Amino acid sequence: MKSFIPPEFQVYRDEDRCDQCRGCERQCSFGVHSYDQDRDSIISDESKCAGCQRCVIFCPMDALTIRPSPSSYRPNSSWTREKMDDLKKQAETGGVILTGCGSDKPFRIYWDHMVLNASQVTNPSIDPLREPMELRTFLGPKPDFLKISGEGKDVAIETEIGPNVVVEAPILFSAMSYGAISYQAFKSLAMAACDFGTFFNTGEGGLPKELRSDYGRCAVVQVASGRYGIDAEYLNCAAAVEIKVGQGAKPGIGGHLPAEKVSSLVAETRMIPEGTDAISPAPHHDIYSIEDLSMLIYALKEATNYEKPISVKIAAVHNFAAIASGIVRAGADIIAIDGLRGGTGAAPKTIRDNVGIPIELAISSVDRRLRDEGIRNSCSLLAAGGIRCSGDVIKAIALGADGVYIGTAALIAMGCTLCQKCYTGRCNWGICTQDPRLAGRINPHIASRRLTNLLRAWSAEIKEMLGGMGINAIESLRGNRDHLRGVGLYEWELDVLGIKGAGE
Amino acid sequence: MTRRTRRRLIEKEICSCSIFGAMNRSGERFGGGGVIEAIANMHVRGNGLGGGFAAYGIYPHYRDYYAFHLMFTGTSESVKRSSKAEFDAFLHQGFQVVHDEEIPCDDSVWVRDPPLAWRYFVLPDPKGEDAKLSEEDYIVDKVMWVNTRIDNAYIFSSGKDMGVFKGVGFPEEIGRYFMLDREYRGNIWTAHGRFPTNTQAWWGGAHPFGLLDWTVVHNGEISSYGTNRRYLEMYGYKCTLQTDTEVITYAVDLLMRRQRLPIELVARILSPPIWNAIDRMGEKERSIARTLRMVYGPLLMNGPFTIIIAHHGEMIGLTDRVRLRPLTAAARGDMMYLSSEEAPIRLISPQLDEVWTPNGGEPVVGQIRC
Repeated sequence: MKSFIPPEFQVYRDEDRCDQCRGCERQCSFGVHSYDQDRDSIISDESKCAGCQRCVIFCPMDALTIRPSPSSYRPNSSWTREKMDDLKKQAETGGVILTGCGSDKPFRIYWDHMVLNASQVTNPSIDPLREPMELRTFLGPKPDFLKISGEGKDVAIETEIGPNVVVEAPILFSAMSYGAISYQAFKSLAMAACDFGTFFNTGEGGLPKELRSDYGRCAVVQVASGRYGIDAEYLNCAAAVEIKVGQGAKPGIGGHLPAEKVSSLVAETRMIPEGTDAISPAPHHDIYSIEDLSMLIYALKEATNYEKPISVKIAAVHNFAAIASGIVRAGADIIAIDGLRGGTGAAPKTIRDNVGIPIELAISSVDRRLRDEGIRNSCSLLAAGGIRCSGDVIKAIALGADGVYIGTAALIAMGCTLCQKCYTGRCNWGICTQDPRLAGRINPHIASRRLTNLLRAWSAEIKEMLGGMGINAIESLRGNRDHLRGVGLYEWELDVLGIKGAGE
Repeated sequence: MTRRTRRRLIEKEICSCSIFGAMNRSGERFGGGGVIEAIANMHVRGNGLGGGFAAYGIYPHYRDYYAFHLMFTGTSESVKRSSKAEFDAFLHQGFQVVHDEEIPCDDSVWVRDPPLAWRYFVLPDPKGEDAKLSEEDYIVDKVMWVNTRIDNAYIFSSGKDMGVFKGVGFPEEIGRYFMLDREYRGNIWTAHGRFPTNTQAWWGGAHPFGLLDWTVVHNGEISSYGTNRRYLEMYGYKCTLQTDTEVITYAVDLLMRRQRLPIELVARILSPPIWNAIDRMGEKERSIARTLRMVYGPLLMNGPFTIIIAHHGEMIGLTDRVRLRPLTAAARGDMMYLSSEEAPIRLISPQLDEVWTPNGGEPVVGQIRC
């Protein structure tokens, strides 16, 4: 069937610069560029181009430009080009439209409507280059009271504190499974987390055995509905265990790792046959209620001897604050909330773009709910989905999060350009692929340095902003909404965020 | 469906101040004249919008009764009297009133809009559900109730054998207005002169803040206010005054009275050592310091402050962990002094045995020998 979909991108090649080295042809896994012997020139099939810019960056002669195609339909506010092309795709295939990465739709980004405070006169701002500035954060339950015995030098703390994990900055790498991303990308995240003093999250695809001894201590291992790769050693080599209930990019549905991405090592790690689809069910089939979740939480606590915090990750949906309260009461030590703009390796586009709520509103309402119920100390709160820069991190913390998960931001640090073709398994940047030729494009030593650089840079920026507010420890900003003001928001939005409008 | 929670729009007060404290460590009582003289010496650290004193051991004849100091505010005498009538009706339901009288004041001293100030010596008489509370929790509960529910009535002092005196004006004016130099003798005195930048003058907003026999005077601005307030709210405290000092008072009440933590640990909660220092400690000390920061991180008072906390038998000076506000400590014989500056101490006690500047976050504790 002839496709009626016009190319999204235009490939412009400066023929004066191009020396026909065919580098672009080798770089592009989508097959855009090819050498035409008869014409002795390189030709481009624009219909295959994802706009990932790999060929542009790696062209030694800087001869290539990839830009959005200037050809367009008659402009129409209702029938946008995307709506029409998606419709045509379905008319041509009869299938569900898949996509990758977080939603690109113009939902209001509340981060960009909140501004931070700074000290002037009545309290001094603090210079982080000269004074201590502390970002160390503990994730896990804290008691409401501490019981003390003895006096003076013999004073001792009697209360036993539940398991906590410590991060040197409140930024963790989000769940990205081996299988969805390449071994090299996965290992880069693990190396960077250990180097920096934070955690990476294995996602639901298990943790390859040879990585456990070196990187297990920096891992949050996931237990998801597919139960891939779970054994006692997997749980116990990690710092924390996370039960994945939902994902911001696709609340309410499971996962699908296509058979072609299930290589022998992926198969071994996930404990499934090689070359078979790995389909995670939408619900956990042993969790149909909150009491079922509690049983799984305690089963994992038993399996890890009550030494590791158990996290529960849910997607931010309409009544999730009440659900989160139930999860805390069910015994979770950490709650991870994934918002509307959270990323994915593969999701039905209609789910990604239509289900869930923005993470900013979610942080605020869950923090308030847990405080109203007096159980905020019993758990830590991690926010995920749409954290793009250090400013977003600090605002998330001021709204009430203990820390954030970053996924997309980490991938971009490794080269991702958000071309949204993750689900094809042909990532030119070597991230979201199991093709050894493509995956080999990531050198974990270099990629992990890019990641630690990112964490270092964000930490430095957070310290600058904290110091400006006259605060020298991150815990003094947590839930401190006095330091935020809204700009260009409606009254109800300010109420939900729990912040004043600018100038109020 | 729960109703939407409206965001809070009350402004936080920002103020700078002078503070002073004096105690006699053998428990001998002394008049308030010297303390007035000392705080007056720091006149320029205030701007006449608030001054106050706390004095301990001043009601020996009523030492077994809670002394409630009330202020009834309002535009006219009748408004004040009607809020007093409302309060009196409330008080008689849950307390035995042993004695009550107007707090004596010297009308020849000019102060702006003085409220009707009254004191009641009472015994709690809890009924029904309230009988399950401890005596102290009962008092705290009722104080919170009055201060949030009865218009124009405000309990600003609620301990036994002690009292807070405060108002709008320079502290020396307030001191003379309440005749602290002539009427009272105490074994601990603390004082405060205020320089608020954005507040309307209100008598209740002056320092010290007191709850039971705990009082706090404070110089500083707490940048962690929102975090501290929201943590304390989970423990039932209602921060109605929007001042940093109120938050510190409640934090001290929570940690020292309700959780019975010793001051050495409380200092490490309000002004904890930095992580680098904690990491270098010996194992036992490190584990305690780490646990305290982990659990009580939301009570870290971040930003510049010096406070003097007092209760019966004890006076404590503490600065923030990087010491962004001044504190000088001194001793002469049985007398111990804490002050924003050294000069006022020298003014009332020219000869001193020792004078020192405490390190940031290091508490100075003075105790009356039993």
